[in-house]
Amino acid sequence: MAGTLMTAAEARRPWFLLGPTLIALTVLMVLPICIMFLFSFYEFVSAGIDRDVYTLANWREFFTDSYYHHFLWKTVRVAAITAILCGIMGYPPAYFIAMTRFKHKWLLLLLLIVPFWISFTIRTFSWIHILGEQGAINVTLIYLGIISQPLRMLYTEGSVIMGMIHFLLPYMILNVYVSLEGIDRNLISAARTLGCTNFQAFREVTLPLSLPGLMAGLLLCFVLAAGSYVTPEILGSGRDALFGNLIYDTIMGQLNWPLGATLSVVLLVMLGAVAAIYSRYMGLSRIFKGLSR
Amino acid sequence: MSDAALETSQGIGWQTIKVFTVLVYIFMFAPIIVVVILSFNDSMFGGFPMTGFSLRWYEKLMGNEAVLRAFRTSLWIALVTSVVCTALGIMGAMALVRYEFPGKEWVNTMVIAPALVPETVLGVGLLLLIRWAEQPRTLGLMIAGHIMLALPYVVLVVQARLIGIKRVYEEAALSLGANRLQTFREITLPLLMPAVVASMLLVFTISFDNITASMFWRPSGVETMPTQILSMLKISISPEINALGTLMIVVTVGLPLLGGFLARMLARGTRD
Repeated sequence: MAGTLMTAAEARRPWFLLGPTLIALTVLMVLPICIMFLFSFYEFVSAGIDRDVYTLANWREFFTDSYYHHFLWKTVRVAAITAILCGIMGYPPAYFIAMTRFKHKWLLLLLLIVPFWISFTIRTFSWIHILGEQGAINVTLIYLGIISQPLRMLYTEGSVIMGMIHFLLPYMILNVYVSLEGIDRNLISAARTLGCTNFQAFREVTLPLSLPGLMAGLLLCFVLAAGSYVTPEILGSGRDALFGNLIYDTIMGQLNWPLGATLSVVLLVMLGAVAAIYSRYMGLSRIFKGLSR
Repeated sequence: MSDAALETSQGIGWQTIKVFTVLVYIFMFAPIIVVVILSFNDSMFGGFPMTGFSLRWYEKLMGNEAVLRAFRTSLWIALVTSVVCTALGIMGAMALVRYEFPGKEWVNTMVIAPALVPETVLGVGLLLLIRWAEQPRTLGLMIAGHIMLALPYVVLVVQARLIGIKRVYEEAALSLGANRLQTFREITLPLLMPAVVASMLLVFTISFDNITASMFWRPSGVETMPTQILSMLKISISPEINALGTLMIVVTVGLPLLGGFLARMLARGTRD
């Protein structure tokens, strides 16, 4: 069709094809988020009852009560720790897969994708069998006589972070792997012939060129960790609840819908801001390169 | 310098990376393997130590009406979601790959957005919409929600394959007198088949496995597989959960592997 003038029918066709998708996304995502903004200004009367009288009370409560700031800060801190640990733990395997001469590279990649298929709930609770009082680590250590009392590892912030790393690591490794795969190997050889040591070549050439993948992985891990609800629910104690749990309890537990809407808007805006800053410097489209393969 | 020289000359650093990689893979799989092992534990408690080999938790599971009901519910939701979502995704991907139109970048971002907006927020949003519209929570709503959540992945997977299918094949069919629909059915769809199978399986797993959003959307009294597991976990870590987990691992890993194998055979068929 190239070169010919588009007819009106031709111009309409993509919209016809996209129609159902756009309608679905508008009704199921855009409209609900707009209503969420609206609801955050509703007045809360009592559990399950609210009035469409516009008030700033919910926002005032969020901005003045340090309880919420504490939750927000804890969520950011836990998500950041998770993302950074994912980066540290994920980079070497990604490097190995990208650079290895092992014939069955596809197998290494497949083993990373398999966890995506295994139920997230099961992968999360499986850590109870590793970290719990009757878990593999404690039972082994007691059997070996190294400790006499089981260590308390489960239902702590550490176990929540561990569970989230376990869930997010494949995202990180795939993202870094894709950007390492894209590096022209001649550049590394060139650096070596010009007198760099292996480590210098890595530091000066490979690492900088793989940064976009690493950054995409960090953003993805941060956003998914900060929005998590189930991991703290299964692996954390009440004190390890994150913002997602707060929202769930506010809406499903206290039936305070307006405040729940306000908190959801806060989470959305915060993560949106992080993504926007990232997008400004890196471009958002990269994030999914690792996933669409 | 060849790759071989690169690798061998990296000495200790490379060895360290290799060992670290093996450790990461162990980290990824150890908890899952432990669940499978413990599901055969004869003990009354869902943890170590092992007291003997037994299949009784599987037997008990087969008589657990609540679990079976949750399984059927999840199965239906996942089946409907995967068929509808894949159809929508193919149409969307066709438009995004084969046509130029104003606002394309914007549409692209919007289609990918559900994967980036936290599920908790999407969960609350849809709930507020039906509260605002004064509608009850239904299974239909839940399916619609799952379709939205999985749509980005279908579009991405189909797009990736569609880019690789040369346009000349379609243009040839069109110039030979086929209409758009015939061209799609006879030429594009068969070439697209591996991506279609992959998408359906991917959506099936996403829907079957979804818990965060489902917690918000499920009609009262209805449990899906993951929400059922979560409520069982809140009571105790019974050995039954390990058996259930093992069965789900077998289904969710076995199914895509089988599907990938089928897709590969289909791809081979169309390439010849």
